[in-house]
Amino acid sequence: MIPSSQTGEPGSITRPVLDNSDDASADVSAILHESQIMEILQRLDQELIGLKAVKTRIREIAALLLVDRLRRSLELMARPPSLHMSFTGGPGTGKTTVAMRMATILHRLNYVRKGHLVAVTRDDLVGQYIGHTAPKTKEVIKRSMGGVLFIDEAYYLYRQENERDYGQEAIEILLQVMENQREDLVVILAGYKDRMESFFQSNPGISSRIAHHLDFPDYSLDELLAIAQLMLAEQMYRFSPEALKAFEAYLKRRMHMPRFSNARSVRNALDRARLRQANRLVARGGRLSKLDLMTIEAEDILASRIFTENIPDEEQQPALSQDTSIV
Amino acid sequence: MAFHLTQGTFSFLPPLTDDEIYLQVEYCLDNGWPINIEFTDDPHPRNAYWDMWGMPMFDVKDAAAILYEINQCRRTNPHHYIRVGAYDRGKGRQTLALSFIVNRPIHDPGFALSRQEVHDRTIKYTLHSYATDRPKGERFL
Repeated sequence: MIPSSQTGEPGSITRPVLDNSDDASADVSAILHESQIMEILQRLDQELIGLKAVKTRIREIAALLLVDRLRRSLELMARPPSLHMSFTGGPGTGKTTVAMRMATILHRLNYVRKGHLVAVTRDDLVGQYIGHTAPKTKEVIKRSMGGVLFIDEAYYLYRQENERDYGQEAIEILLQVMENQREDLVVILAGYKDRMESFFQSNPGISSRIAHHLDFPDYSLDELLAIAQLMLAEQMYRFSPEALKAFEAYLKRRMHMPRFSNARSVRNALDRARLRQANRLVARGGRLSKLDLMTIEAEDILASRIFTENIPDEEQQPALSQDTSIV
Repeated sequence: MAFHLTQGTFSFLPPLTDDEIYLQVEYCLDNGWPINIEFTDDPHPRNAYWDMWGMPMFDVKDAAAILYEINQCRRTNPHHYIRVGAYDRGKGRQTLALSFIVNRPIHDPGFALSRQEVHDRTIKYTLHSYATDRPKGERFL
């Protein structure tokens, strides 16, 4: 639906192609500089720990869009690639963060026109009575045009046990838009891996329209520590050396407990450590140096409930961690 | 020359193409003016109450979405006048910043000038749309 006046001169097809000789050239570095895409990719590398496969795929997509732009400047026609994606992975593995970056990257490369991210869940798409779903879904789609539509926990759209569930209607409208209005918006579906898998199995139409399936693996202990230090640095805090060891011990225990959600758990743990640090400083009284205000000590972390509660089978932890890495 | 309704911006120009409408709408959105769509089959210049096509689109950021709604409205009301309004909520304005017609009936017979003789042989003039002689929904067919 982009008018021809935006993508090129109207009637460019009838115009005789003059510079179609094979030695016409385009400048990669100029377009790299203009779109500032390297800067974004570098920030992505620095600010997101781990996620090798995801980063590689983003680089590939960026490269493809760049090459497409160069090709277009030499009047080599190509249809815009389909960029609908699915992000699968556990809680707190960075799906939303990457989606937000993706919107910026696609905007810089002129794939989407505005580059905003609209994050929705089932509630925003599916209505409560007959005839309610279609306008609701269309409303969301209209809102996200020119940007990225991020559907979190997309598998809730489809309820296997209820044939008359209105989610099916939302899926059908989405399918239509994903196919026909590819230039207008990019759809990203996100959710836990196993449930997304069965969602795709029962909706093959959606799966086949998604070109990029990106998997976000759980973070390793080292990556989680790096994430923690990055989060602290962003808020002008830091660990004392002992605190770092204590936090490592904390993570080792926390990782094997139920409801561990990767980076999100790290953030919550850090927030609680800040609370305890503040409490400790207030109780101590007197003059505080800048260093005191910045440093999180081991005791702020060791006071956590996790160290006082008995974890069963603590001796078997190494074996247990091997198990989870296989699963 | 056939009758051509002249209300709103651009109405003395030939009807805008979809590409031109897109660019105008984009200009409105870039200025932060929310768009609404209205339609009527009573084009009298003093008829301020056109029917609204859905809610004003406050949170739409892209012109493609507006054009989609315009086309939906055209499909439902092919024999109506449809106009797009852009509301400027900025301080000091708080009014329509831009309003233009995006759809016209194929044939509009236009307006009649009717005269009424009142006291002292004074003549009062008024406009009357031929189309409104027919009931609502059956005009411009």
